[in-house]
Amino acid sequence: MSHLLEVKNLDVKFDTDEGRITAVENISLSVDQGEVLGIVGESGSGKSVTAKSIMQLNPGNTSYNEDAEIILDNENVLQFTSKQDLKKIRGGKVSMIFQEPMASFAPAIKIGAQMVEQLLIHKNINKEEAKSISINMLKRVGIADAEKRFNQYAFELSGGMRQRAMIAMALSTMPKLLLADEPTTALDVTIQAQVINLIKDIIKEYQMGVIFITHDLGVIAQVADHVAVMYLGSVVEKGPVNEILKNPKHPYTKGLLQALPDINNLDAPLSPIPGNIPSPLDRPTGCVFRTRCPHHNPEGKDGKIEMKLIEVEPGHWVDQCGIKCGQNG
Amino acid sequence: MGDNLISVNNVSVNFDYQENFISKKQKIHAVNNINIKIKKGSFFGLVGESGSGKTTLGRAILGANKISSGNVIFHDEERDYDLTDMNKQDLKEYRKKAQLIFQDPYAALSPRMTVRDIIAEPLEVMRITNSRQETDERVRDIAAKCRLNIEHLRRFPHAFSGGQRQRISIARALVSNPKFIVADESVAALDVSIQADILNLLKQLQTELNLTYLFISHDLSVVAHVCDVVAVMYLGHIVEMGPSRELFKNPKHSYTKALLSSIPSIDPEKRSEAIELKGEIPSALNPPPGCVFRTRCPNPGVDCKGGEIKMGLIEVEPGHWVDQCCAI
Ligand SMILES: Nc1ncnc2c1ncn2[C@@H]1O[C@H](COP(=O)(O)OP(=O)(O)OP(=O)(O)O)[C@@H](O)[C@H]1O
Ligand SMILES: Nc1ncnc2c1ncn2[C@@H]1O[C@H](COP(=O)(O)OP(=O)(O)O)[C@@H](O)[C@H]1O
Ligand code: SF4
Ligand code: SF4
Ligand SMILES: [Mg+2]
Ligand SMILES: [Mg+2]
Repeated sequence: MSHLLEVKNLDVKFDTDEGRITAVENISLSVDQGEVLGIVGESGSGKSVTAKSIMQLNPGNTSYNEDAEIILDNENVLQFTSKQDLKKIRGGKVSMIFQEPMASFAPAIKIGAQMVEQLLIHKNINKEEAKSISINMLKRVGIADAEKRFNQYAFELSGGMRQRAMIAMALSTMPKLLLADEPTTALDVTIQAQVINLIKDIIKEYQMGVIFITHDLGVIAQVADHVAVMYLGSVVEKGPVNEILKNPKHPYTKGLLQALPDINNLDAPLSPIPGNIPSPLDRPTGCVFRTRCPHHNPEGKDGKIEMKLIEVEPGHWVDQCGIKCGQNG
Repeated sequence: MGDNLISVNNVSVNFDYQENFISKKQKIHAVNNINIKIKKGSFFGLVGESGSGKTTLGRAILGANKISSGNVIFHDEERDYDLTDMNKQDLKEYRKKAQLIFQDPYAALSPRMTVRDIIAEPLEVMRITNSRQETDERVRDIAAKCRLNIEHLRRFPHAFSGGQRQRISIARALVSNPKFIVADESVAALDVSIQADILNLLKQLQTELNLTYLFISHDLSVVAHVCDVVAVMYLGHIVEMGPSRELFKNPKHSYTKALLSSIPSIDPEKRSEAIELKGEIPSALNPPPGCVFRTRCPNPGVDCKGGEIKMGLIEVEPGHWVDQCCAI
């Protein structure tokens, strides 16, 4: 069976005054229906750029490589250029939710009016139907007084409720793929738990595929089926969530886990990954992580051999550290 | 007062609120009747959801918010400062001794200032140093302690990473040689690795410079790792307080339990054990009478006295305090 989404050999570059930046290099990912792919990594690792590529939302200074493919529902979205085609993905087959819900809502338009407008663009229905779908969806995400909220502006809602309204709007068009970019990062843990449960219920109910971006490994453990770990534009490790969190192989994944304060293990020291993430303008050749890796071998080949994932356990892929520095389980 | 540095006694902070000019004047009860003692050399944690009053309490202790009732005493070596009764001279001295770590100093500062000027500013504003040379020495000294590269002092801050910016912010707070530091969400915006680095730095500076911290955070895992005492706040009240390990191992208050269970476990096999709290924190304009957590409490006991008793902490184990509505 083919995947709902398949990203193959994607590079994303930006032309800037300081030169050409490689934000994403040679990544391949897939998402199936009803599945959550978590993408985790530090700030600047390319998570949002990857998600935006799927919706063709990167700005005008972006270039993609010729041989890259983003196959959604058997079509390569990278070849979409017409408005008509783009409409099929943006708000059609794909919806996106963000950390800051105000980014989704126009401040001067009522929540309901925006939901209705979006539905009218993407679905062949009339205004009355669109209104009833919207109100039902607001109810579905747990908003009390949905009829009243329908007629309010986003700024009139509390933080948690705004997050729910944004999710309702993203889901009302019944997308096949939901891109969630740090949707719980700005929330308190209690509200985060509510939103995570809501998203999980909805995925089950509608069988959509989800890419869930976060820098929080705890959130990943709670929502993802599969995980891709990104560093400086590369996927360094990917696989089933249990494998990645309990049997991590790549030094970067291990580093992230060791830096994390674990409430169940208060005696463990917090060990930062040494050094700083390099500027994408000085992206290291060969292994992208070598400037910070504790296993970096100056006599080894990590500066010369390209990044390439190899399968170490069924479905568990890790960069070929082994032939560069003799690492990997 | 022996080994305490700060005593917060029955402190309340209210803000006046008027929806529009014809509506009735109301009060926002941001902080209610708080009693805490912060020991010298302690890493005192303050946790709770957004809007629970953490920042307001921190600012009140720094003398940056008016205190509506009660008092805060800072026990210095030679004398006590009563924050509700200070003249200008006292306030000037207190400012040197108690400092805030900004979440991001550039939000407030001119982008045309060099890192050196940012760190030096408190020395100049408070007229602590007498010559440029003396200022430079102090700046270099604290920058080195905060593991900042001396060459970076001449640069402008925009190019720095989050971790470096946070170190500049810490250096700026410490340059006046304070004894007490309020760190309000100081690691909230950082990636885990940088967060670990900054937390280790704060710990190290604490020993090196004999600092006492009030560490405000909404991240319980972080607080559990660095703090020795923790107070849990909800809607302006401290509902539970105690030695960090005891509190996290043996939480007594329903709110603390719910909060702890909401931390997403790093183990994918332990999913959805969260005690889900319904709704959000109520408005501080009309806090519920009796137990303030009553409107969201997932498991009010059969004999729960939450509606009848006034809030107030009682000691259930040595040093472990729980709100009496919940404890009785
Ligand atoms: N200057 C002010 N004027 C009016 N109300 C205020 C003011 N400062 C704080 N409040 C109110 O006091 C209550 C507590 O606010 P505070 O900011 O201290 O909470 P907090 O726990 O620090 O929240 P957060 O984590 O969002 O910063 C809130 O209801 C807030 O809206
Ligand atoms: N429009 C753009 N022009 C230039 N550089 C960009 C642009 N968008 C993103 N970048 C760069 O791409 C890299 C990845 O960014 P991003 O995907 O936003 O990271 P994340 O979401 O993981 O924090 C960063 O170095 C960022 O500065
Ligand atoms: S290739 Fe070498 S330097 Fe790179 S992550 Fe693997 S062990 Fe570290
Ligand atoms: S006093 Fe009652 S309502 Fe309040 S937290 Fe305790 S059990 Fe819940
Ligand atoms: Mg991002
Ligand atoms: Mg605050």
